[in-house]
Amino acid sequence: MANNLKFAFIAALLTAVIVMPVFGLQLVRQGARTLLEPNFQYVLIAMGVVFVGQLCRPWLALPFKALRRGLPVLPSAPTGGNKLIIFLFVAAAVIWPFFGTRSAVDIATLVAIYVMLALGLNIVVGFAGLLDLGFVGFYAVGAYTYALMYQYMDAGFWVALPVAGMMAALFGFLLGFPVLRLRGDYLAIVTLGFGEIIRLLLINLNQYTGGPDGISGIPKPTVFGMEMTRRASEEGAQTFHQFMGWTFQNQHMVIYLYLVALAFALVTLFVSTRLIRMPVGRAWEALREDEIACRSLGLNPTRIKLSAFTLGAMFAGFGGAFFAARQGLVNPESFTFIESALILAIVVLGGMGSQVGVILAAIIVTVVPELAREFAEYRMLVFGLVMVLMMVWRPQGLLPMQRPHVELEK
Amino acid sequence: MSDLIPQLTQQIFNGLSLGAIYALIAIGYTMVYGIIGMINFAHGEIYMIGAYVGLVTLTAIGTQTGMPLPLMVAAMLVVAMAVTGVYGYTLERVAYRPVRGSPRLVALISAIGMSIFLQNWMALGQGARDMAVPALFSGGINFDMGTEGFGVTMPYARILIIVVTVVLMAGLWMFIKHSRMGRASRACSQDMHMANLLGIDTNKVISFTFVLGAMLAAVGGVLIAITIGKLNPFIGFIVGIKAFTAAVLGGIGSIPGAMLGGVLLGLAETFAAAYISSQYKDIVAFGLLVLILLFRPTGLLGKPEVEKV
Repeated sequence: MANNLKFAFIAALLTAVIVMPVFGLQLVRQGARTLLEPNFQYVLIAMGVVFVGQLCRPWLALPFKALRRGLPVLPSAPTGGNKLIIFLFVAAAVIWPFFGTRSAVDIATLVAIYVMLALGLNIVVGFAGLLDLGFVGFYAVGAYTYALMYQYMDAGFWVALPVAGMMAALFGFLLGFPVLRLRGDYLAIVTLGFGEIIRLLLINLNQYTGGPDGISGIPKPTVFGMEMTRRASEEGAQTFHQFMGWTFQNQHMVIYLYLVALAFALVTLFVSTRLIRMPVGRAWEALREDEIACRSLGLNPTRIKLSAFTLGAMFAGFGGAFFAARQGLVNPESFTFIESALILAIVVLGGMGSQVGVILAAIIVTVVPELAREFAEYRMLVFGLVMVLMMVWRPQGLLPMQRPHVELEK
Repeated sequence: MSDLIPQLTQQIFNGLSLGAIYALIAIGYTMVYGIIGMINFAHGEIYMIGAYVGLVTLTAIGTQTGMPLPLMVAAMLVVAMAVTGVYGYTLERVAYRPVRGSPRLVALISAIGMSIFLQNWMALGQGARDMAVPALFSGGINFDMGTEGFGVTMPYARILIIVVTVVLMAGLWMFIKHSRMGRASRACSQDMHMANLLGIDTNKVISFTFVLGAMLAAVGGVLIAITIGKLNPFIGFIVGIKAFTAAVLGGIGSIPGAMLGGVLLGLAETFAAAYISSQYKDIVAFGLLVLILLFRPTGLLGKPEVEKV
């Protein structure tokens, strides 16, 4: 007990040193002068919390020990009986926006985009075990492909979409080819470097990309060639609401965007579910678990990693094109490292490799900040903390997937 | 052509002062990597925190008190080193020790989480906007060189960076070579398991490495804050990656390598800014990182890593 008290005391002292220059003495600017504003109450509160927390640590740690194994684990693969449930889920996701409010549908669209991006990154990080910190670079490639194709070739969304996916995949292929020989953590830093290079190039190639201002006025997707605007942009063209004989409503556009995003997310889900059960998917997982064993069994690691990297980049490219269409403008600000980290946080939170977990995490990560707008400035703080805590307590994620395996009887 | 030599002198001076900062931070990366084989992604944030602590100390003392300038800078450095030392220690205890022994990616993700946390922690406490740092050193050494009389400027603040860095490097070198702790840490970086068996408290060595790395980064932060004159909570990210580049360039795990890599990177970036375009200097640094990792992942002075089955 005395030892415990000593530790708690030291921990409280360290806390004081840590909190003091950040919260205890806050810098305030008064005109040209900078002054210090003492707020020692924060330091005292933090010290108290840490002291008590450290004292009660043996008891506080108990529930977290349970957390390591306690939460549910998903069955390895969906069996036939789940088809009805999946169908009901999809039907509900398609029908509800017609009764939802505009802001709810908007948030749901965002959720669908993040589900798609996170499932794409899940192929790279979760299945193949390659930590890709430059994922947002491919997202940017997709977005700018559509933006530039619109600007220079007047291409529509559906024409640009496959090109955007292919461009991003090409970038993924070209970048991945040399770097995938590197070991895990080096790979992470190199991909981070590539992501930053792409963003810096977008800023600096002013004459093509519009520099920091980006490209604006990008049109939204059309419905079978019909625009969803009040008036057709070209003389004599028919708009969607005229064709259907409806009066024009903005809500239609919002719902349409949601449905497109949902379709993207579902396609990504379907494709990645199938992929993981194909030989290439098996090879990804095998490579993640033990590269040396794979090599000795005759698998070509570079080729297998490259396929995962390229596929992940392709989904990011599709997501980017949709993002450009939805926002109507693209600029390099949207493609910072934080965005990569956010998508990575979703994958980590959901459980690397677990698709249902990733979807759940995408919903949590997108919806919770929208509900708690007054805490917006704590958002990234909490994300960072959650990433650390997840790694410490439950590295396998919220809803990890159970691998098909055989257990020996004890 | 007569301007070439003086221009080169100017660029080399600028490059050295920038490289000194990278070297200070790179040592933290390289020492941690040498001992536990992980990339301490949050190291750049320690540098940022060091810069802020320096500014808080300076504001607490006040610039108008008539305190001698060297004493004031020394106070900033000492307080910043003390506080970041505690940060480094706590960082390792809270975020890295519990995941030691897990796969590399787990530790790296934990480090990324810590990096994001620390950025926003500072943004919450001291505001996310730029903070001005009062200029302590005005002026510098100016002299004309060459036949055309090209003016070479060496601001005192930048000279200070080089001087402090050289002194610290020499001190660090002596410490690692001759002190008991330095020997223990070299033993750990060669074979952690064996060192443990021989009675070295490896946990203590690891904590010590983090504290030392953090202190050196803090010195870099304080010096750059004085030189540049402004700081914000997000300065650590880019500098951290560049310092990592420097560590990799010199050969990660090797302390002289980190010094060499820092100086080389500083020179490369300054020359890129001067002769290509200042907008492309970040691209040059990142491009350099990619190229080294592709063609010589062990760096200039590093030892090749043997893959053990």
